[in-house]
Amino acid sequence: MMALNRMYRTCPTTGLLFHEPAEKLMRWNAVAAVVSLLVGGVLALLVLLTRWPAVHLLPADWFYLVLTAHGLDMLVFWIIFFEIAVMYFCASTLLRCRLATPKMAWAGFWLMVLGALMNNYSVFRGDSSVMFTSYVPMGAHPTFYLGLILFAVGALIGCFVFLGTLVIAKAERTYQGSIPLVTFGALTACIIAVFTIAAGAIILIPTFLWSLGLISQIDSLMYRTVWWAFGHSSQQVNVSAHVAVWYAVAAIIFGAKPLSEKVSRTAFFLYILFLQLASAHHLLADPGVSSNWKIFNTSYAMYLAVLASMVHGLTVPGSIEVAQRVKGYNKGLFEWLRKAPWGNPVFSGMFMSLIGFGFLGGISGVVLGTEQLNLIMHNTLYVPGHFHATVVIGTTLAFMALTYFLIPVMFRREVMFPKLAQWQPYLFGIGMSGFALFMMGAGTLGVPRRHWDITMAGNLFGHEWPGTAYLMIGLLAIFGILAVIGGAAYLLITVCSVFIGKKIETPGYTRIRAVDGMAAPAPVQPVAAAITGHGGSIGAGGMVAPGTFVLAMVLLVSFVLYYFVNWKYLSQVWPLS
Amino acid sequence: MSAIQPPSQRVWWKQPLDRLEGSWIVLSLIWCLIMFFMMPYWHIYGKQNLANEAYRTTPDAYTKKAQAMVDQYTVRKETAQDIPVVHPPAGSDVYLIARLWQWWPLLELEAGKSYRVHLMSMDWLHGFSLQPENINIQVHPGYDHVLTVTPTRAGTYSIICNEYCGINHHTMTSKLYVVNK
Repeated sequence: MMALNRMYRTCPTTGLLFHEPAEKLMRWNAVAAVVSLLVGGVLALLVLLTRWPAVHLLPADWFYLVLTAHGLDMLVFWIIFFEIAVMYFCASTLLRCRLATPKMAWAGFWLMVLGALMNNYSVFRGDSSVMFTSYVPMGAHPTFYLGLILFAVGALIGCFVFLGTLVIAKAERTYQGSIPLVTFGALTACIIAVFTIAAGAIILIPTFLWSLGLISQIDSLMYRTVWWAFGHSSQQVNVSAHVAVWYAVAAIIFGAKPLSEKVSRTAFFLYILFLQLASAHHLLADPGVSSNWKIFNTSYAMYLAVLASMVHGLTVPGSIEVAQRVKGYNKGLFEWLRKAPWGNPVFSGMFMSLIGFGFLGGISGVVLGTEQLNLIMHNTLYVPGHFHATVVIGTTLAFMALTYFLIPVMFRREVMFPKLAQWQPYLFGIGMSGFALFMMGAGTLGVPRRHWDITMAGNLFGHEWPGTAYLMIGLLAIFGILAVIGGAAYLLITVCSVFIGKKIETPGYTRIRAVDGMAAPAPVQPVAAAITGHGGSIGAGGMVAPGTFVLAMVLLVSFVLYYFVNWKYLSQVWPLS
Repeated sequence: MSAIQPPSQRVWWKQPLDRLEGSWIVLSLIWCLIMFFMMPYWHIYGKQNLANEAYRTTPDAYTKKAQAMVDQYTVRKETAQDIPVVHPPAGSDVYLIARLWQWWPLLELEAGKSYRVHLMSMDWLHGFSLQPENINIQVHPGYDHVLTVTPTRAGTYSIICNEYCGINHHTMTSKLYVVNK
């Protein structure tokens, strides 16, 4: 048996402990993620410039090809490569533990790279423009499905390396007590990912065999039901991962302590229990499934996973507010927020991710996922409007914010163009927010998604959209270009910093034996001391974080109003039964 | 001790809820339950619901029914392709075929009357999007989906395919006429 690699280094500024193979894997996964983002970003611009009727850049075949590749490179490859890096960070670094089976982790990484390349190859061949969803009976080249399967197997290996690391950390006692909340969030993401990949295997393996001619037929409704157990659940992996990143950033920037470990962990646990039901969100306007099934599943069993997100939406800023008030920013309702480090992209990116995910992505998702309301939104631009708010503002912006922390800590380079880095989250966050908002506006007016030319020029039957629809599309294009500029700034800063940024000299790796790495036992605390709260001197009205409560109430009131406005819209369309 | 470190208290699960989180959880839970019960409520008191009446069938069997309707109720033909415009009696079964890349035939319905509109695809997935009314329904191959529809206002409506169905997806548009009796 080969000797285990027990080389570690301690980051002098943060005190974080990096295991040599784990750190290398995190870096490579992060680099693969950023390369995917670069490709996906160029494709995003091409999609945008084609959908904007004033430009209408690409011909139809190229538009559908580019849209397919954009969805896959962003939603699958960029996000999942980054998530693997985050998972290794949460297991190995936060638990101060060696990474389990680094060789297997490398095998997983290279399988993911191979899968991503193969899938892109099939799309750019030109015969696999089947969109991200690849609904049967429309078929793609076999390498399209095989690429996704290989990528998923690689990601699954990454999940098991993460789980194995948790087991080692427990066995070698590298920490005392329970795992940190952020690691718990990553564990949530990992558990949902395993379920997700299983669902993906159940549908993609038969579809691959079908593309080879070995299976004669795949039912379109069965495909949509199972595929979305993969497609939507993988977005829930993103939610769990970016919520974990929010908690991590709150801890890193403010030293914030969770308001209550119990509440935050229970909220993550609700994700594990209920988020997988979300496949139904995509079947609300489909024949062949009953309303009872739709209602139970689309609401995650009475919206208990929505409840979980609403809880995180309160506890993350709440913990920041408490940390700031303890530091002395205790005046009024919002001094803690005004005095937050808005010039630090790690914070500003994370906070915009939180606000954008809640107000734009969260509310629109619930409205879109309501059984009857879906009838006035299904497959319109409202759908991509919603998920750009969740996945791009929520996940991508949170990951971007975390990157500014990882560049000096993990890549040991100074962040280049610091002035641009200060602006980058605002360019991207505001651009993406306007983009998503106006996309939803166009969707409310009925404009279809995945459509090359809504002017319907040259069609046997045309259609005149209201002028507001064109106004909405013009606005979303302008904000979209702002977001592309923000994305390009991120890529410029990241790539330059990592490859040519000024090196930060830090102590190198040293060998630490398992016994040396054991955490000192925590001082025994009597239960009475453990259950005292945050001290009664901060906050107002009996609340430790009154400002956060006010913000949460603003969210709730917007939510209620917007929800019922949509029922009002629905009540005006033709009766259906 | 922050969120990236193990909880400082070994027995973190015994820390009582503070008023901030407690109140928010109660409010959120109430709102979640209201949203949940809105859906069954609308099935009982609302007018816009899918009955989820659907039958498995084959393109041939479905086309036969559509053809019989066309043979019986065609009132005129439109466009250079002579697409029949069908004016079926109120309350009857109306068949709309979705196929690459056309809706067939053209329908003419009467305002205020109810129809059993059938939707099915002959090949790939399609999306039935009625504009500007903005009713959007997924159309599957092999599933005959029945909607009881009551057009309320006379006018010329567009049917747009809003499920991507290949290279000419954007050309798959049609009209639906609603007339006053």
